[in-house]
Amino acid sequence: ASRVMVASRNYADFANEATFEIKKCDLHRLEEGPSTTAVLTREEGLHYYKTMQTIRRMELKSDQLYKQKIIRGFCHLYDGQEACCVGLEVAIKPTDHVITAYRAHGFTYARGVPVRTILAELTGRKGGCVKGKGGSMHMYTKNFYGGNGIVGAQVPLGAGIALACKYFGKNEICLTLYGDGAANQGQIFETYNMAALWKLPCVFICENNRYGMGTSVERAAASTDYYKRGDFIPGLRAISVYQVDGMDVLSVREAAKFATEYCRAGKGPILMELQTYRYHGHSMSDPGISYRTREEIQEVRSKSDPITLLKDRMINNNLASIEELKEIDVAVRKEIEEAAQFATTDPEPPLEELGHHIYFNEPPFEVRGPNQWIKYKSVS
Amino acid sequence: QVTVRDALNQALDEELERDERVFLLGEEVAQYDGAYKISRGLWKKYGDKRIIDTPISEMGFTGIAVGAAMAGLRPVCEFMTFNFSMQAIDQVINSAAKTCYMSAGSISVPIVFRGPNGASAGVAAQHSQCFAAWYGHCPGLKVVSPWSSEDAKGLLKASIRDDNPVVMLENELLYGVPFELSEEAQSKDFVVPIGKAKIERQGTHVTLVSHSRPVGHCLEAAAVLAKEGVECEVINLRSIRPMDIEAIEASVVKTNHLVTVEGGWPQFGVGAEICARIMEGPAFNYLDAPAVRVTGADVPMPYAKILEDNCIPQVKDIIFAVKKTLNI
Repeated sequence: ASRVMVASRNYADFANEATFEIKKCDLHRLEEGPSTTAVLTREEGLHYYKTMQTIRRMELKSDQLYKQKIIRGFCHLYDGQEACCVGLEVAIKPTDHVITAYRAHGFTYARGVPVRTILAELTGRKGGCVKGKGGSMHMYTKNFYGGNGIVGAQVPLGAGIALACKYFGKNEICLTLYGDGAANQGQIFETYNMAALWKLPCVFICENNRYGMGTSVERAAASTDYYKRGDFIPGLRAISVYQVDGMDVLSVREAAKFATEYCRAGKGPILMELQTYRYHGHSMSDPGISYRTREEIQEVRSKSDPITLLKDRMINNNLASIEELKEIDVAVRKEIEEAAQFATTDPEPPLEELGHHIYFNEPPFEVRGPNQWIKYKSVS
Repeated sequence: QVTVRDALNQALDEELERDERVFLLGEEVAQYDGAYKISRGLWKKYGDKRIIDTPISEMGFTGIAVGAAMAGLRPVCEFMTFNFSMQAIDQVINSAAKTCYMSAGSISVPIVFRGPNGASAGVAAQHSQCFAAWYGHCPGLKVVSPWSSEDAKGLLKASIRDDNPVVMLENELLYGVPFELSEEAQSKDFVVPIGKAKIERQGTHVTLVSHSRPVGHCLEAAAVLAKEGVECEVINLRSIRPMDIEAIEASVVKTNHLVTVEGGWPQFGVGAEICARIMEGPAFNYLDAPAVRVTGADVPMPYAKILEDNCIPQVKDIIFAVKKTLNI
């Protein structure tokens, strides 16, 4: 029997790779910066696309679940900023370390935690990333130290992880992320000092999404050149008029490759500013339009969306077809739906586990409940 | 006979030698040999990698120490005094104490925070606070408070070997005090278990519970009272969290009277906790009189000697409290 070909696109029809111009970075105390061209293979492109799309849809699903009151408490969404966590992850190794603040779902996924495990943690179920003990702001996995709720506190922690990297001598580095809001925290400057003094292999990364909660960068910082705030620490920032380049996954990747190479060479810490944008408000309790205009949000969405940017590049350079990317979209939606299904049906953690993991590697002991007669067992 | 200072020094030396993941950081710990000379000789022996002088940046270096612990090292983070730990208390509580729980056990923080705590001599209000109650309040931390050289050495070794964040509250006035160190305590593997109190003196008429320097005052008071026929049982808590309440209960069942003694302020203090727990447990029915607390005076520490002397629990205050509770 003969098969009827309705439509076919041979994979040999696609280009294997394409080269793109990316914006030159602003440099601080650096003679040269990252490359201004980036090579993207078809395989890489599809991977970046799928990863960013997954994060995008996961965050939108979280929005939905929060509005249905299935997710409680704080929920800080990352949609709009996907190019940052994806560009960073592909530039480092699984053996490198990452720590960030509370807008962490994208990083949690990029570092290897499946969507269903993330969503189940958000919904507080036993199948969650940390068995329902942490919630949105406290998700961890190998070489990923969260998820930290206290603004700025993760920065010294990251430098400490970098100290351990240097101490163990395995050529690992630590990406230490913080936002434009956190950039004014005192302990960050204490950390810059020690990281530079001790030449810690720490890449400080400021994800500048223009607003610390509801306070714009101009109203919070005497100097908004965040990449220069490390003073004696060399820094780089993707030049941007429309703050595009934290939205360009290739830009982020090349800058990250440059920065991590610098660190690995033992030159000490380096600071990277990524100018990016969040579509949602600061958290789910912030509509996000009292301190910025809908027009501004729309403009970024239409001109600088990271996923659209990548998609257009790939289509226009014959790295993928529209149908192919649509198929990926469909697959991603399906994955998210299944994950949400799991996250809403998995049982909550058993009450008996309330006292577990207070300590590590400790013989079981008793924990006091709300009164002296209610006791829980703590097992670690 | 070994001073508390030397006992701590030995403990650090032994643990640094035993496990190369152990390192010490803090202000003046290296080239200055330690503000109170606790780390004397260690920098010369172990070098820059293991003994690290930090700038005056408590919040920063404490966070760095906690991060290093999360990534597999075993830091000993020294606070020149615990008064300065207030700068860094967020890192101790929110980053160190809570992380194992928040991460459902996937991240451990094997760190020791140590340094002098409580009143010294003439250092005035900002340098004299006792933090036993503050740190003892928080689940996820272990808090120890040594008195003797054996306590100091054994608890520091145990704390360093513990995979959890431990706050070790030393006392500056005890650093120079010599104590007998038994054969056993001189061994490189000697540890004092965290969470267990020690009965320093057996007695039958009243239980005195204390931690840190006041333990010595209790023993002095006991010696004076013995001449009057009152035999005090003196319990050295050694650990604030977990607290060995069973040891206190067993003693109260025997003596029927309880006096707690601490250097810290009375409100929400260690003694308050002991009293509450005694009320909740079997020992309550054995009390012949309400439990009594002897504490620091409820005032910021003044400077003038006569004022300062009357702000800390003295031997006479303990004797007075014992006699009151025994109604003699």
